[in-house]
Amino acid sequence: MSLMINTKKDNPGAAYTLGPLQAGPPCCVPEPLIQVDNLSLHYGAKPALAKVSLDIYKGCITALIGPSGCGKTSFLSVLNRLTDMIPDCRVLGHVYFDNKDLRHPTLDVQALRRDIGMIFQKPVPFPLSIRRNIELPLREHGMNKAADLNARVQQVLQDVGLWEEVKDRLEAPAQALSGGQQQRLCIARALALRPKVLLMDEPCSALDPIASGVVEDLIQRLRGQYTVVIVTHNLAQARRIANYAGFFWVKERAGCLIEFGQAKQIFEAPVHELTAAYVQGKRG
Amino acid sequence: MSKNALATGLICLVAVLVTSVFFWLLTDLVIHGLPRLSGPFFVEASQNAGRSGGIGPIIVSTALILLVAIVTSAPLGLATAVLLSEFTRPGSLFGRLVRRSLDVLAGVPSIVFGLFGNAFFCIYLGLGFSILSGGLTLACMVLPLLIRTAEQGLQVAPNDYRLAAAALGMSRSAALTHLLLPAAMPALVAALLLAIGRAGAETAALVFTSGYVDRMPDSLLDSGRALSVHIYDLSMNVAGGDANASAAALVLIGLLLIINTIAMSLAKQWRIATP
Ligand SMILES: Nc1ncnc2c1ncn2[C@@H]1O[C@H](COP(=O)(O)OP(=O)(O)O)[C@@H](O)[C@H]1O
Ligand SMILES: [Mg+2]
Repeated sequence: MSLMINTKKDNPGAAYTLGPLQAGPPCCVPEPLIQVDNLSLHYGAKPALAKVSLDIYKGCITALIGPSGCGKTSFLSVLNRLTDMIPDCRVLGHVYFDNKDLRHPTLDVQALRRDIGMIFQKPVPFPLSIRRNIELPLREHGMNKAADLNARVQQVLQDVGLWEEVKDRLEAPAQALSGGQQQRLCIARALALRPKVLLMDEPCSALDPIASGVVEDLIQRLRGQYTVVIVTHNLAQARRIANYAGFFWVKERAGCLIEFGQAKQIFEAPVHELTAAYVQGKRG
Repeated sequence: MSKNALATGLICLVAVLVTSVFFWLLTDLVIHGLPRLSGPFFVEASQNAGRSGGIGPIIVSTALILLVAIVTSAPLGLATAVLLSEFTRPGSLFGRLVRRSLDVLAGVPSIVFGLFGNAFFCIYLGLGFSILSGGLTLACMVLPLLIRTAEQGLQVAPNDYRLAAAALGMSRSAALTHLLLPAAMPALVAALLLAIGRAGAETAALVFTSGYVDRMPDSLLDSGRALSVHIYDLSMNVAGGDANASAAALVLIGLLLIINTIAMSLAKQWRIATP
């Protein structure tokens, strides 16, 4: 159903940069873009992640699943260094992005966050117009010509299927949009910076089923061109969209990665019994 | 009679007492002062030590003193509030120290600020009894209030904005100027108006700093009499000045009421605007 809505709204126009909907996983050649090695994280004295190691593959959708409080949000925040903003948050271990040390003290964090965007559970449109929401970060990164800005705004709004809905009211406040539209605007705002990776923290869980379906189709279309890491509590959704999946669980009060592999394997032939119980809905 | 009813009765009694004191005061002021209020009263110079004439120069002096106080304290207060709320880690020694000092300063009686202003601005800096000295003293006095209220306003701006802006690679200062300050603006204006209200009602800090001279000031280095000082002087030192004191007090109360109403409505709007 959501698929129909999506194809109806997005008549393929000239300025589209995203490909058409692709069939389900797996699709990609495993070429690691982000390598996480022995990552541990503490909030003060409280451990939140213990010894997590995994690779995020380029152009793929990686789903992270697991119960609340097992450190999925914390894990995503390490990848774009949002953890820097949390006082008392200590990170140990190595993370490489494009073979560069992502946790290096002299790394340009603003440039990193441009390459690795993040979408939050609750959409966070700024209290500005729809157009200004997209333009503000672009201007911050030095894009100043009105023509460039206009073109980029139109392009990303088309990419997320919002253009037809808002093209006549770009100056209207973004906060007047519906929840689903706000989330797509946030995705458009992140895409406008031409990132390589998008981190999505339960992007659909604040949305109604139809809006959630529209966003899900959008995430599918990001595959290939963008590397997506998505946290989701919706196992059916993870099964539909993910190429790779990682299952987190709390062990000895800290979040651990129990099992990681191709999504098909995790959902259909999990090795670990905890994973099996969780994906069959018996626990969690 | 139950304990509850007793408590309710007591509270009502206190409430009636408090409001009746205020209304008694106001009625007294209106009876004595209202007949004196007229157009010329607001512009004419005071004569015969204030017994007759108007409060023209005094209004000008008051406005100038407040202007000096606000022009100096607002940028300083805003900058400190931004520093405390955006660039200091929560719980850091620096932040705790500054906040604690501000809370102590906020509780210092205004007469102490008056004596400090006299020693520092009038004598040490050589500004003498002047509008400048008075304004600067008031600035010191309202700074703690201003900083703490502005800081609260900034912290009300949703933390989501900070995170989302950071996730888009925006700098802290960009998030501050484009998102946080605009969101906090009504609160900042309310803080400023509260500070103006507090400064406008101040007497003790001005007696030793801006002085008593009731002539029209030529410059900021002239002594100038503030409205509150005028009222104090007329009622304490000038026999037969009561009627004009009441009239001036009515003007002051009116001004403060207006400022407070605007501040409160802004503060209310700000609370509604930010869930
Ligand atoms: N800013 C923080 N300060 C202290 N503890 C935190 C903070 N953020 C998360 N935690 C704790 O870390 C653990 C993991 O949280 P989180 O990463 O949000 O898990 P998830 O996203 O899987 O629900 C939880 O126990 C949570 O209480
Ligand atoms: Mg979470």
